Amino acid sequence: MPTQTTTPTQYEMVVGLEVHAQLKTASKIFCGCSTKFGAAPNTQTCPICLGMPGVLPVLNRRVLEMAVKTGLALHCQISPYSRFSRKNYFYPDLPKGYQISQYELPLCEHGYLEVALPAGQAGVNGQIKRIGIHRAHMEEDAGKNLHEGLEAASHVDLNRAGVPLLEIVSEPDIRSVDEAVAYLKTLRDILVYLDVCDGNMEEGSLRCEPNLSLRPVGQKEFGTRVELKNINSFRFVQKAMEYELRRQEKVLREGGRIVQETRLWNTEKEITVVMRGKEEAHDYRYFPEPDLVPLIIPQELIEEVRKTLPELPDSKRERFVREYGIPVYDAEVLTTSKDLAHYFEACVEVYPQPKTVSNWIMTELLRELKNSGQEIADGPIPPDRLAGLLKMIDNGTISGKIAKTVFEEMYRTGRPPEEIVKERGLVQISDEGAIETLIDEVLQAHPDERESYRQGKSQLLGFFVGQVMKRSQGKANPGKVNELLKRKLGET
Amino acid sequence: MNLAQFTIHELHEQLKNRKTTSGELTRSVLQRIEAVESRIHAFTTVTAELALAQAEAADRWLRSGRPVHPLTGIPIALKDNLCTKGVRTTCASRILENFVPPYDATVVGRLKESGAVFIGKTNMDEFAMGSSTENSAWGLTANPWDLNRIPGGSSGGSAAAVAADACIAALGSDTGGSIRQPAAMCGVVGLKPTYGRVSRYGLVAFASSLDQIGPLTKDVTDCAILMKSISGSDSFDSTSADVPVENYTGLLNRDLSGLQIGIPKEYFIDGMDPEVLHAVKEAVRTMEKLGAKTREVLLPHTEYAIATYYILATAEASSNLARYDGVKYGSRAKPTKDLLEMYMKTRQAGFGPEVKRRIMLGTYALSSGYYDAYYRKAQCVRTLIKNDFDEAFKQVDVIVTPTAPSAAFKIGEKTKDPLQMYLSDIFTISVNIVGIPAVSMPCGFTQTGLPIGLQIMGRPFAEATVLNAAYAYEQATEWRKKKPNL
Repeated sequence: MPTQTTTPTQYEMVVGLEVHAQLKTASKIFCGCSTKFGAAPNTQTCPICLGMPGVLPVLNRRVLEMAVKTGLALHCQISPYSRFSRKNYFYPDLPKGYQISQYELPLCEHGYLEVALPAGQAGVNGQIKRIGIHRAHMEEDAGKNLHEGLEAASHVDLNRAGVPLLEIVSEPDIRSVDEAVAYLKTLRDILVYLDVCDGNMEEGSLRCEPNLSLRPVGQKEFGTRVELKNINSFRFVQKAMEYELRRQEKVLREGGRIVQETRLWNTEKEITVVMRGKEEAHDYRYFPEPDLVPLIIPQELIEEVRKTLPELPDSKRERFVREYGIPVYDAEVLTTSKDLAHYFEACVEVYPQPKTVSNWIMTELLRELKNSGQEIADGPIPPDRLAGLLKMIDNGTISGKIAKTVFEEMYRTGRPPEEIVKERGLVQISDEGAIETLIDEVLQAHPDERESYRQGKSQLLGFFVGQVMKRSQGKANPGKVNELLKRKLGET
Repeated sequence: MNLAQFTIHELHEQLKNRKTTSGELTRSVLQRIEAVESRIHAFTTVTAELALAQAEAADRWLRSGRPVHPLTGIPIALKDNLCTKGVRTTCASRILENFVPPYDATVVGRLKESGAVFIGKTNMDEFAMGSSTENSAWGLTANPWDLNRIPGGSSGGSAAAVAADACIAALGSDTGGSIRQPAAMCGVVGLKPTYGRVSRYGLVAFASSLDQIGPLTKDVTDCAILMKSISGSDSFDSTSADVPVENYTGLLNRDLSGLQIGIPKEYFIDGMDPEVLHAVKEAVRTMEKLGAKTREVLLPHTEYAIATYYILATAEASSNLARYDGVKYGSRAKPTKDLLEMYMKTRQAGFGPEVKRRIMLGTYALSSGYYDAYYRKAQCVRTLIKNDFDEAFKQVDVIVTPTAPSAAFKIGEKTKDPLQMYLSDIFTISVNIVGIPAVSMPCGFTQTGLPIGLQIMGRPFAEATVLNAAYAYEQATEWRKKKPNL
């Protein structure tokens, strides 16, 4: 008989994500009201989105086109026949007492999304994982209940009621918090690439509800899942899932059972709390929406929409690797946003050394952007300026090290590199006479080290190079310094 | 003869030839309402001021010599579930007691454009749920032919008003027979159009996949005139059909030669009123004399129609009526301690018993675990019933049946027994399930002087065929000339 193992059970996380993306249409999904964010309460409403008696919904064609476009980008099958359903429940922000959504026969099914896993996660930098898309369907948003500043009363703002959403449901293919965040970021990038969603989590144009469960490593069956709601930033997605992971693990380790329930993320306390249990789960009484005819999607429409698809991050990534010969990881980083990818290509156009450009973007540029909170689209360093800088390194005008200083100043001041180098006297010293003078000064100042070198401590060469560079304020051409130093030390 | 007794087409001639004015006509109708309303109670709201103002505008138009629409200056009554901008629209429900829509139903807008005069909103079963107009929160409507009897329902107010000359014509809505059955009970013409023929925008929904708006008129010609005005696709209703509207009036003629009439044996059942049976058989014989050929057709799934209907209609209703929650408009119970109590008390006080019954039935039919057994199965049976009709219409052009198994029953006779009440729609319900057009028109009277209704059903969008069969029969008989003695 095998002996009872004493190693504690290792748990594996199983996650599926439900993402609600607000589609970037000018008007609502079933009426002509504006979708603009931030207007005074109930100013963007009409009898239709207010759910008045006798009114009827009419589908906004742009919503369908954007949904098809997203479906295609997520490699989904676009159903030639799909339809809307009613999801029935009572809440003051839901004017009709039902939400028009899709249930049976959604528009998009069986797709996938490829995400690059972060370093360390899967062992290898830039490993790609395919996460299934279960379905994506169109629906209308609800309004918003307002309680703040109101005594013994609540108000309802229906500006958001009827704003078009695409609900994108992943398969339970995600196995870690990092994967979940990577999935979410990649999905957001695609939606922004497609220009169908602005991707703003704080304003609610992108909402994420993770379904999370644990199971002992090696077990095939899924554990009991918990649905998390009320998460409005990437940081909270991560925190909420990490909290929930710890909570479930603790329950299981203590011999408890996970209860199927919906939990709300509490931003202040950074914990999740029960919203409703399985018993209190709504019976939504879905049934086909009789006020809307079934959607027949002709193949021509799909092809028409397909033509409008931009090159998506995954194919762009593949092309970057193929065309520019840069590593997958570089390509992944460079294609996270359409603007960044465009910037990279514009730089390579004027400075055809892709790997060098990639290095500078990934280290120097991204760091500066992050520190200043700017976007690449703000255009802090035009491609020809970066190319100018890199060319100055190539022709020996400045050293790579100096170039980094120049870059920082270019970023800060918006001035061209040539001007900065000239003004601050950063031009590299390549004149052999000038360098020799510096070398002589250094050798004179360090007689002991010179003696040691002579006795065979050849590693001291680096020390002398450093000293000469320091004395030149970094401007001496390091290659030349090396070469001349060796000659001088050998002479004596 | 009082002006209110004429038909639309007769009055149109008089108005065009300046024999009378819309103002005169409208005042005459208002006087008639004054004289009979206390006995029949056909209206929930009489819009005298609005009507007189519209009549004045119509008269200005008529005097201007510009082209005149057949409805210009004609006083029309509207069922109280058709939204009228600025005019209270209650659906005969307490929950909408003070609801004034800020918009017109599409049909109301179309009638306005034609220069029609709105005389008032007519009584009905609450939210169009009923067959006798006894379910109105504002009290029942009496049948002008016998004040102790029901006018049918749910468009009982519209039918009674037309029969009593309290309007020239009216619009009603028909979900399971709500135009045709009261038309039969009150001896007027009522048409349920093909689903999608008339926009539903602004019709307060009962069961969205079954509801249609249609005319109730004094004769078939008037019915054709109203149909022409209200039909056609509407960008505000996705379910409205983009099928050209025929010139219904111009196509009317008295010749039925070549018309194939189907007689479904399932509609001639045991226990049917012998007087109804006799009248309908006589009507068929008359149509044969006009050149029509008759043959038996089979509609084998007829016996499941009522069960199917009461699942689909109540399921849709349970969802359609969810919006009456006291939050945005309509009545709200006060005071309440929390949201749930507000919902419950508002809906308890706001809805009548029949509406509550149907909300509960529909909620049950859609509940998880019961959906497949009820709603999905009903949808399957709906397809079977539709197939029956498709088959039948391969052989015949129209199908002729009684509209209801009996003439008008007594007030209170069936209120205790909802199932008996539901059975009064047995001959009308399939038409809604299938979505085809059907007209009801008078085809005789019982010995006690109550009108009997004949139903003529047609293929989808074959309103012209149905109206023509009705017209030929009407012109060959004298039934339309009989008026109730009020």
